[in-house]
Amino acid sequence: MKPTLADTDARQGILDRINTKHVDVPPLPDVDVDRVIQFDEPIDKFVEMLAMVGGQAHQVDSQGDVRAVLEEIEVFRTATRIVSLAPESIAGTIDATQIEDPHDLSTVDWTIARGEFMVAENGSIWIDGDTLPHRVLLFIAQYLAIVVPRSQIVSNMHQAYERIENFSARFGVFVSGPSKTADIEQSLVLGAHGCRKLQVFIVGDL
Amino acid sequence: MLPIVQHPAAAKEFVNDPNRSRWHDQALWFVRSKRDKQAASLPEWEYLRETASGIKTHTIANLSHYLQQFERNATARGAVVHWARDAEHHNEIVLRILRDHKTKRIVKSKSMLTEECGLNHYLEDNGIDVVDTDLGERIVQLRGETPSHIVLPAIHIKKEEVGDTFHKHLGTDEGASDPKYLAEAARGHLRDKFLAGEIGITGVNFAIAETGGLVVCTNEGNADLGTSLPRVHIACMGIEKLLPRQRDLGVFTRLLARSATGQPITSYTSHFNGPRDENSELHIVLVDNGRSRLRESETFRAAMHCIRCGACMNTCPVYRRSGGHSYRATVPGPIGSVLSPTRDQNSYKSLPYACSLCGSCSDVCPVKIPLHHQLLAWRGELVGKKLLPVSKRLSMRCASYLFRFPALFRLVGRVGRFALRVLPRWATHNRLNVWTIARELPEPPKESFHQWHRRHRNH
Amino acid sequence: MTVALFVPCYIDQLYPDVAIATLELLERLGVDVAYPDGQTCCGQPMANTGCETDTAPVARRLVDLFADFEAVVCPSGSCVSMVRNHYAAYFDPEDAKFQHVTSKTYELCEYLHDVVGVTHLDVKFPHRVSLHQSCHGLRELRLGQSSESMTPRENKVRKLLNLVEGIEWVEPDRPDDCCGFGGTFAVNEADVSAEMGRARIADHCGKGSEVLASADMSCLMHLQGLIRREKNPIQVMHVAQILSGRPLGAA
Repeated sequence: MKPTLADTDARQGILDRINTKHVDVPPLPDVDVDRVIQFDEPIDKFVEMLAMVGGQAHQVDSQGDVRAVLEEIEVFRTATRIVSLAPESIAGTIDATQIEDPHDLSTVDWTIARGEFMVAENGSIWIDGDTLPHRVLLFIAQYLAIVVPRSQIVSNMHQAYERIENFSARFGVFVSGPSKTADIEQSLVLGAHGCRKLQVFIVGDL
Repeated sequence: MLPIVQHPAAAKEFVNDPNRSRWHDQALWFVRSKRDKQAASLPEWEYLRETASGIKTHTIANLSHYLQQFERNATARGAVVHWARDAEHHNEIVLRILRDHKTKRIVKSKSMLTEECGLNHYLEDNGIDVVDTDLGERIVQLRGETPSHIVLPAIHIKKEEVGDTFHKHLGTDEGASDPKYLAEAARGHLRDKFLAGEIGITGVNFAIAETGGLVVCTNEGNADLGTSLPRVHIACMGIEKLLPRQRDLGVFTRLLARSATGQPITSYTSHFNGPRDENSELHIVLVDNGRSRLRESETFRAAMHCIRCGACMNTCPVYRRSGGHSYRATVPGPIGSVLSPTRDQNSYKSLPYACSLCGSCSDVCPVKIPLHHQLLAWRGELVGKKLLPVSKRLSMRCASYLFRFPALFRLVGRVGRFALRVLPRWATHNRLNVWTIARELPEPPKESFHQWHRRHRNH
Repeated sequence: MTVALFVPCYIDQLYPDVAIATLELLERLGVDVAYPDGQTCCGQPMANTGCETDTAPVARRLVDLFADFEAVVCPSGSCVSMVRNHYAAYFDPEDAKFQHVTSKTYELCEYLHDVVGVTHLDVKFPHRVSLHQSCHGLRELRLGQSSESMTPRENKVRKLLNLVEGIEWVEPDRPDDCCGFGGTFAVNEADVSAEMGRARIADHCGKGSEVLASADMSCLMHLQGLIRREKNPIQVMHVAQILSGRPLGAA
């Protein structure tokens, strides 16, 4: 869509108005990392926070252990449409790379995604959009599991943004727990629009 | 939008229904308590607030630079950046994009900016179906209402009422009011809408000048579903949403959800850098709508720091009792009472007075907007513009004279106390004396301290 | 050093015992107190309504009246905050009298705690007491830590009351929610104000408090008006009254 003359005028008008009023610019502050919380046992904190935000953590030694844990979960055993982006841990039943239109993923039961690292303070996991053949996979699946290397964890969001300082993907997301809502009388309901539940596999040998 | 009336009148029905106002008060206090717990869990909380305030002060001062940097970088990433002068212009731009794509089915995730611009009505008037996908917003949309809170749009509605609405519109069981059941019904209903949506509209929590990227925070995942199915994403944002650097998000993502709902972070903190792929489009609409004018005011500029967390609403003892609709504004509560009169002083002149000046909002605000000082400052501005009712203006003028002449002050005090003692109750406790509608007057002492002092300390 | 006692207008006219208790307390602690004649009001009602031109002459009077004293003490956090935090709008910043008075005006508890350094009071008050922390004392004078703020601060009012023998503390659920007085707010927004006050009273009463104590009599005037209308089983007292040894029911 081409901007009209009115749009160009608006741009200039807004910038002119701002430029006419000079405001002294104080320096841009940086966060002193020595002044923010760090955890001695970040994995323990992550597990605690993940539980608080409604997710479940599973600490496993190797990728091969993921399947056994998932098999314990009834909604996984009965699932037929599974997209796995971590085939070393578990094989899927649908190859999402072969799908063109994301709408065709609307009936996916499970997505097994790969997380880059964990953030202890809030139980979130960073997912790089480049690992997703379709970003909707994270949100449209009824259930979500994320496999993340045990060694990849930071204490807080300042460290998290330091790690992704140069991320170049078109999309990236911190996922903290399953989708949720409290819009009806502040009653917490898990499974709003996105996944109903979130399983996080903290894998030793990844 | 409801017609503009003065806040005390608009609040009357809500506050005088104790079942509703006390329930509302408790629900919001619960959210504030969760916020306190999260804030207390970080020893650096006050340091974060200080830093966030510093980052925002810097950014707003240098806004022209950062807007242009953002535009350059977003464009380089393949986004189309639009500039909108005001609400109407914003709506026109959005409509033009929709018409360009010949689309009629829009899925929208929460955006207070589009509420501010009245986008839904505008699009509906132009024959376009807009579905609000945030559960709370969908509830108010189905009921033909507006959000009463910027983060918790349906906080004023009871689950039984949601049940009625869903029964009527979604066909849920009559009388069903279990939140889990109702949320599940909404999930099914909105999944269909997501799958049918042709364009996704979202708000923006943060825009990053150095990367040209956008960050949207939701718990439900609706912004993500709404933008990862359709090929076109329209992101609408006020020009104050900018942050200079991506790492500044470290500060703001730590403050936002903790302040808003007492969560350590939202379920999804999504970073959009340009459109989804080569075949998709991302349109970013930068909206001024009075913001550049607000920036010119030394007194009120800091209101542009607002990250729309809603903490000032949750903590405001007036908001909790009067409900969001009593403000008759898109943004209610303390920050709304600061922002609304910048748009229309006459319509919103009662809002700066809908405040006991308790200062809780200023202490809770994650970006340290001195809200209660700004509300006080507004009162001075309104009086200067002669927008205070003459009766109030005159009573203050009389008080001022009284306090300038101690002998007169003492005399009036003496007469007043005497009158209180001798007059029959009906003459002092009646509807004309507003104080006494709910309260007793103090029992008048025989002598003032001044009189006592003369008798006992011989000065 | 002579300290001026500033008695706010409504305390002078409606609650003289609070001023008497303040005076007696200061005298007993050895403070040389004067009560300058001609004082009326700090100007807050006009200032909080936004009537700046009506406030200025009242503020000027107060500053002139107290300029020669080494300190000013006032049993009302709200009025002290007016002088300390809001007078700048009415004076030349270089005005020496203004600088002196605004920097040397103290709320009573603050003065006793910070300047006098009271560590002992020979006073008893064997009752269940709950503290109503007035907003301006808390958030504008920082007499304690507000529940929103994570900056640790000691609670000066409570620390002083802890010197009184026999107080059994009762803690309301909400430690510092506003009572709804707010000056002219109590009349402008009468319905909301009353509802805010009722909630505070219910919280304090529900925890079994006998005495709702506060360092701000204006909050208590509003709460007392509601308590007496609704016949709640609780009384209000100003902190100065308790500190000076008044029995239950003095207000």
